[in-house]
Amino acid sequence: MWHTYAGRENAVLEIRDISKTFGKGTVNEHTALNHVSLKVENQDFITILGSNGAGKSTLFGAIVGSFLVDSGSILLDGDDITYLPEFRRARRIGILFQDPMKGTAPDLTIEENLSLAYNQERRFPLSKAVRKSDLALFREELASFGMGLEDRMKMKVGLLSGGQRQAMTLLMATIAKPQLLLLDEHTAALDPATAEKVMAITVKIVEERHIPTMMITHNMNMALKTGNRTLMLDDGEIILDIDAKQRDGMGVEQLMSLYSGKKGKGMDNDRMLLSV
Amino acid sequence: MVLSALQLGLLYSLLAMGVYISFRVLNTPDLTAEGSFTLGVAVSAMMTVAGHPFLGLLLAFLAGMGAGLITGVLQTKLGIHPILAGILTMSGLYTVNLAVMGASANVTLLDKQTLFRILIKQLPFTKDVVRVLVGVVLAAAVLAVLAWFFHTHLGLCIRATGNNEAMVRSSSINADRIRNLGLMISNGCIALCGGVIAQYQGYADISGGVGIMVVGLASVIIGEVLLGRKGVTLGLISAVAGSVIYRLIIALALSTNIFPTYFLKLISATIVAIALCIPTVKERLHVAHVRREGKRRA
Repeated sequence: MWHTYAGRENAVLEIRDISKTFGKGTVNEHTALNHVSLKVENQDFITILGSNGAGKSTLFGAIVGSFLVDSGSILLDGDDITYLPEFRRARRIGILFQDPMKGTAPDLTIEENLSLAYNQERRFPLSKAVRKSDLALFREELASFGMGLEDRMKMKVGLLSGGQRQAMTLLMATIAKPQLLLLDEHTAALDPATAEKVMAITVKIVEERHIPTMMITHNMNMALKTGNRTLMLDDGEIILDIDAKQRDGMGVEQLMSLYSGKKGKGMDNDRMLLSV
Repeated sequence: MVLSALQLGLLYSLLAMGVYISFRVLNTPDLTAEGSFTLGVAVSAMMTVAGHPFLGLLLAFLAGMGAGLITGVLQTKLGIHPILAGILTMSGLYTVNLAVMGASANVTLLDKQTLFRILIKQLPFTKDVVRVLVGVVLAAAVLAVLAWFFHTHLGLCIRATGNNEAMVRSSSINADRIRNLGLMISNGCIALCGGVIAQYQGYADISGGVGIMVVGLASVIIGEVLLGRKGVTLGLISAVAGSVIYRLIIALALSTNIFPTYFLKLISATIVAIALCIPTVKERLHVAHVRREGKRRA
């Protein structure tokens, strides 16, 4: 319903000058976000690069409300959500983490997990958990993954592989059509072939449903190939924001030279360099 | 003897189902049980004395829910460790229970109209048959309601919270509220059990709940050893079955005259300890077996 009116003025997500420092006043004091501002537009599929500790996951944490920011404000489709508790934002923002175990309940069946995600807060609490009328939709969605999950609706999710669970999580995060989808290295814990498959499903879902998406990755190639815009974070700041036009034909080499031009030093992140 | 074990087993199955909800569904050992059971005993006994045995059971259930809510709030809103939160509520309830019982440690229901006496008068069966019937009806009713409830959307939320709280926390479900609700239902069942037991035995005792947690756990675990751990409905059924078998084991152990009656709690604790360590012992035996085989081949 938030997407229906034409001529929208608001960006899907607007971050205004947010900062977050952890462990204030202790030896571990660490500024994870340093005056970050960002606008995410309706058609955006943004990939985010940055070394460990650059503030990528902290940025996601701030958006979903795992903690409150020290200063600045966050607007989701024009609504100020800066101080909204996590579970109140969750209906509008879907998030996936690296760990495939995190997003599903292992002892519940596939259909129960999906029903839980599909029916959040929209139904009479004492109505039946799994509605027959929903099952056709679930089956259809699962079938499109090509993993054979649609024939195992009564199977416990704990029996699935990591890739299957992550695909399930992706479906759960998007089935109720969120306004924003956040992917925090959601394929990093999977083997290369499975990762590729989950990535393909991701792109398909994001494009078919037109969900504005932000995706953290360590793979520079993937970051440049996927979506329409790439951000690079460093030391809690957005140091690069490259749009589709600039990205076109850009290789990893160019990206690295852009980085060193900004920072006045070469890139020293093994994980990012090795995954080129 | 078998008949009285059957009666006790069926009546105490409400306790077993309550413990199953906190221990298995919510995945939290909740020690409130000791206090909320006695709270149910006290409330039901006082109401029976006042001439309202049925209302007494309802109030016992509600009082138990209140106790569960307190433990829940201590855990979720105030961040106290679940075990400690349960212990705090349990020990606070001791005072509450004494207050309910008019500052006396015993209340007798001798020549009061309890649920059982009323039904024995009304129904054309013998005392023992009526008691078994009450047990069957109560166990079946609570089982049916819980099995239905845990397959509703709200019930599914409770199961998901116990199964993967991190997931629920990052969803739009208010995990704190769901956890509180789960603890309320669990302790409601446990207090209802206390309420029925008070009317069954015809007296209330302030120490009636001592060791009751272990009784509940023993029932749940014995049931699981028998029927395995599958869905929530089967889990509840196995809790009822476990409760009955537990009482039969106890009756058997006591009837051999090897143990005097006061050995009851030690026997219960031993049963639970043995049942809980079975998976680890199996694993150890397996490792030892693999090692032996490996050495022999080398």
